Amino acid sequence: MPFDVILRQLTVGFGKTLLIFGLTLAFSLPLGLVVCLGRMSKWAPFRALAGDGSKPCSGLVRALATFRPIQLIFKFFISILRGTPLMLQLLVVCYGPYYLFHAKLSATWTFTALIIGFVINYAAYFAEIYRGGIESMPVGQYEAAEVLGYTKVQTFFKIILPQVIKRVLPSVTNEVITLVKDTSLAFVLAYAEMFTLAKQIAAAKTTFAPLFVAGVFYFVFNAVVAYVMEFFEKKMSYYR
Amino acid sequence: MKLLEMNHIQKSFGELDVLKNISLSVEESEVVAIIGPSGSGKSTLLRCATFLETIDSGSIAYDGRVAAQNDETERAKYVSAGELKRFRSCFGLVFQNFNLFPHYTVLKNVTDAPISVQKRSRVEAEAEARALLAKMGLSDKADCYPYQLSGGQQQRVSIVRALAMNPQILFFDEPTSALDPELTQEVLKVIRGLAEEHMTMVIVTHEMAFANAVADRVIFMDGGVVVEEGPPSEVFGNPQCERTKRFLEQYQN
Repeated sequence: MPFDVILRQLTVGFGKTLLIFGLTLAFSLPLGLVVCLGRMSKWAPFRALAGDGSKPCSGLVRALATFRPIQLIFKFFISILRGTPLMLQLLVVCYGPYYLFHAKLSATWTFTALIIGFVINYAAYFAEIYRGGIESMPVGQYEAAEVLGYTKVQTFFKIILPQVIKRVLPSVTNEVITLVKDTSLAFVLAYAEMFTLAKQIAAAKTTFAPLFVAGVFYFVFNAVVAYVMEFFEKKMSYYR
Repeated sequence: MKLLEMNHIQKSFGELDVLKNISLSVEESEVVAIIGPSGSGKSTLLRCATFLETIDSGSIAYDGRVAAQNDETERAKYVSAGELKRFRSCFGLVFQNFNLFPHYTVLKNVTDAPISVQKRSRVEAEAEARALLAKMGLSDKADCYPYQLSGGQQQRVSIVRALAMNPQILFFDEPTSALDPELTQEVLKVIRGLAEEHMTMVIVTHEMAFANAVADRVIFMDGGVVVEEGPPSEVFGNPQCERTKRFLEQYQN
C-alpha cells in the first residue's frame, strides 16, 4: 500500500480524533468545575441535630449531623470514574442502555456515547485537579475578600478562580496530553478515528507502517498541545 | 457615642477558652493599642470584631447599632447575613501578612471593592485611590503587581485598600510582624500619620515604643482577659500588675 494512501486515510481519521479531543475538552473542562463544587459541597441537612456544640451528643447523632449527601455522591462517582478503566467505561456507556433497557441504539449513538464517556471521565479528573487548586489557596485571600464585603460568588469568581486557574494549569496540561493519546481508546467502539483506521489498515495489509505513522501524528499533535499550553502558562505569569 | 462596643465577649475553640469575658469599647478618633504575649487572644479579639470569627456569647455594636447580642440562652445571636454585610462597611482590617490580591495591580487591589461592593463609579474610585496612594508615597506603584513591591510597600497598599472603603474604624492585626525593622518604621510612620488625622484605630502590636507614642489607650491582654488598661504613660510608665511588669521587662533590653 503506497505511503501517500496511508497518509490520506489517516489524515481523515485524524480529523475525527481532533473532533473527540475538542468536544471532550469543551465539555469536560467546565463540567469538571461543577463536579468539583459538588465534591466540595458542605451541605449537611441534619447539621442542626448536633446543636450549637454546647451539649455533648452521641456518636450516631454526630455522624448524622456531619452527613454530607452531595459531597458523598460526587465522591462515589469520582472514585468509580478514576478507579475503573476508561475503556470499560466507554463500553458501559455505549452498550449499557441496550443491556439495561433494551434501548434501540441509533447509528449516531456510538459517537455520542464515546463523547459522553470521555467527558464524564475527564470531568472527574479535572474536578480533582480544580479541588487541589482551590484547597491550596491561602485562607487569607478569602478573609481579605470577606472583610472588604465581597459576596461569596464574587469572592469565588473574582479572587479565587483566576488564581486557581494559574495554579492548576500544569496539571491540566498533563491531562490534556493524556487525552490526546486516550482518544485512541475509541477503537473499542469501532469508531473510525485515526488509531482505529491505522489498526485496520495494519491488519489488512500486514504492515506496521500505518501504526508508526499514527504514532508520529500523536507525537506532533502533543507537541502542538504542549506549545499552546506553555503559551497559556506564560500568559498567566504576569503575577506571582 | 462609642464607635465600637464589644461587651462580655466569650470565645472558645473546642476546649480552649480564648476570650474570657472581654469588653472593648472605642471612642471616635481614639487610637487603642492592644499588647500582650502570643496566644493571649489579641488577634482573636480583632477577628471577632471584624466577624471573621463568631463569638460564643457577648455583644458587638458599631455606632450604637447591634450586630450581635445574647439571646435568652446566653449565646450570641447575630443579625442576618444581609445586615451583617452593611456592618462590614463600618470597618477595615489590615492583616499581618497583607493578603493583597496577587493577580490584581495595586490600583485594582484598591479600587475593586469600592467599585464592585460599594457600587461607586470607576472614575471616582480611581481618583480617590490615586490620591490615597500618593499620600502613602506609592503613586508610581499603581500599575505594579504586589510581588513587585517590598513588604513595607505591600503593607502600605493594604492600608490604602482598607482606607478606600471609607471605614469609620480601622483594625490592624500585627501590621509590622512580617517586616524587618526598616520596613516596620516605614509602615508605622503611615499609621502615625493616620492617627494625626484622627482616624479611629485599634492596633494589635508588639512595637511597644510605637504603642507608647501613638496610642491614646493601651490594653494589655493575657490568657484571654484584659490584665491592665489605661493611658500609655501609666501602662508603660507605672504598670500596676505583676504580669504586665514581667511582660514589659522583656522589651527593656
